[in-house]
Amino acid sequence: MTKKLKKRLRRIVAGAVCFVLCILAEKLLPHMSANVLLIAYLVTYFIVGNDVVKGAVANIKNGQIFDEKFLMVLATVGAFLISEYPEAVAVMLFYQVGEWFQSYAVNKSRKSIKELMDIRPDYANVCRNGNVETVDPQEVAKGEMIQIKPGERIPLDGVIVTGNTSVDTMALTGESLPRDLDAGDEVISGCINLSGLIEVRVSKEFGESTVTKILDLVENSASKKAETENFITKFARWYTPVVVILATILAVIPSLITGDWSVWIYRALSFLVISCPCALVISVPLSFFGGIGAASKNGILVKGSNYLEALADARIAVMDKTGTLTKGEFAVSEIMAVNEDKKQVLFYAAYGERFSNHPIAKCLVDAYERQYGKVTNLSEKDEDGTESAVEELAGYGVLVMYEGKQVAVGNEKLMIRQLKNNKWNEIKETILHMDQEEPAGTICHVSYGDSYMGYILIEDQLKQDAEQCVAGLKKEGIRRIVMLTGDREKAAEKIAGALGITEYHASLLPGDKVDRVEEIFAGKKEGEKLIFVGDGMNDAPVLARADIGIAMGGLGSDAAIEAADIVIMTDEPGKIPQAMRISKKTIQIVKQNIAFAIGVKVLVLLLAAFGIATMWAAVFADVGVAFIAILNAMRALKLR
Amino acid sequence: MKKTVILEELECAHCAAKMETAVKELNGVESCSVNFLTQKMEIVASEDAMDKILAEAKKIVKKIEPDVEFIIK
Repeated sequence: MTKKLKKRLRRIVAGAVCFVLCILAEKLLPHMSANVLLIAYLVTYFIVGNDVVKGAVANIKNGQIFDEKFLMVLATVGAFLISEYPEAVAVMLFYQVGEWFQSYAVNKSRKSIKELMDIRPDYANVCRNGNVETVDPQEVAKGEMIQIKPGERIPLDGVIVTGNTSVDTMALTGESLPRDLDAGDEVISGCINLSGLIEVRVSKEFGESTVTKILDLVENSASKKAETENFITKFARWYTPVVVILATILAVIPSLITGDWSVWIYRALSFLVISCPCALVISVPLSFFGGIGAASKNGILVKGSNYLEALADARIAVMDKTGTLTKGEFAVSEIMAVNEDKKQVLFYAAYGERFSNHPIAKCLVDAYERQYGKVTNLSEKDEDGTESAVEELAGYGVLVMYEGKQVAVGNEKLMIRQLKNNKWNEIKETILHMDQEEPAGTICHVSYGDSYMGYILIEDQLKQDAEQCVAGLKKEGIRRIVMLTGDREKAAEKIAGALGITEYHASLLPGDKVDRVEEIFAGKKEGEKLIFVGDGMNDAPVLARADIGIAMGGLGSDAAIEAADIVIMTDEPGKIPQAMRISKKTIQIVKQNIAFAIGVKVLVLLLAAFGIATMWAAVFADVGVAFIAILNAMRALKLR
Repeated sequence: MKKTVILEELECAHCAAKMETAVKELNGVESCSVNFLTQKMEIVASEDAMDKILAEAKKIVKKIEPDVEFIIK
């Protein structure tokens, strides 16, 4: 609790005690003069509300007549004038209690937001002239060396020079599993160094570092306002004057007809008490901000409330294949061995490709080494002269000698060349059962001497949660999922089939993607939103064209952060349905608050007009509703 | 250029909206946004007009909520 809040609490307690004394005095001493009673109530009134009165006076001087404080003072002074002393004091007391709770709730949510954004590093240990100095991260230049001890937050982006460690990226990605890093690996500011002491060469100044960019993004996200927020701002602008005018009419016209001034003035004063739209003005932006904060805690950066709002209405999802649904890296997905010895086939392939830098060659070597150990150890035999070096045949594959016979690793053309007497066609028909159809991945055939050994199928791998992503999107109300890819038809068909995506377009050039998205836009119904999900590298035009552009793998990629409206920090497409869920829940909270606040206010206005609701109810409709709406809005901070 | 102002003790969300509207209408202000939760006001304006605008903005803030501390970052 802040000092100011404590002070206000003391005032409320003191006021409440005086108020009770006044009431007791009025009840127990019936002969007390009315003037003494009035003075007692007035003193209590000032104890409770002197700051409100002062504020109101200041506001009148500044020409702010539709201010909450002024209206509250007007209402209570009015109550004094029609001799409703206890009512006047009680309303002020209630108002103060409500305001106190409101401030308390605002403070609390400000604190939670601060905690949420508590990834800003406070200091950096920089190595200068052989000493380690602790300085503000802003003072460290690009190229300097910094030291990060276990338990410390990484202050700036850089590359590890010495040491190895594991880091906690939770604050940035929502991912709880630590990442292992070695010398030469990049470290990202905002993460926490867990286990080892590392020395890092700074690659970006603080202003350009990931942590600064993320914080700026989250903080500024409130300036891109959602439609609902704009509606509330407009509503607020009209609400207060309208209620005040209604109050004036209510005070004057029925009084002129009935002559019963005090009754109608009392009812009109209740109107003034309800005339602040505070509940809406605070709780709606708070809900959106909370939703954005909750998303960022889960590794989803949303650049504005408007995008969070729009995401709930997404019905069409256009997704890039490579790098979004698939890992974009090749891996062995199937080995076929004629003599059932898969290890042998993989060994020949890895042995043949061990010096190549081609991605496919690398994945063959990786696949062998991951399961069976180093291939290179065996290559020492090269030295004894019985074997020839690797011979590369461009467009075919590679040839290499192993234990006296030639190993061939490559495509079909190479097999035709290697295997004598038309053996290849025979093998194709009897063993492989392959028709003319083009395979989905890349096939690498292996022969040893003049016998065919088998093949290895190499494919781009689906991401682990790609299936979950597609299923989740459907569940969240996406009615049409379209996959776009520059890859070949067959590869696209296989991935789409595995994920249950029925609509895809393959062999697209980057420019074609925009045209496709335009076509899909044409089939969009009123009020529906289209999202595009890409890796942010070469999809910038499409990301910009879509209603909501979502980029994957934002951690460490400035391009992705710049280009998209929503950035998924990790490589997990499963976060997209999660983002939609958070968006929908946030909108739900916003709607609840709007309905609740406007509903209660209109109800109490009506009841007050007919003399059923007292001023007490009016105070509840004002500050009580605001307090409850804020508490409800704070739920958005905890969404998952 | 962009300037960020911290509005300490900003208590009333309604007032924050009023401040934003009023500062937006100042001569030379390209955009202004007040974030009630982070208690920050951001003003975008040309560099030569900035000092004058900040002084005006301070007056506006003090007028709407006298208790607010206007701290230029």
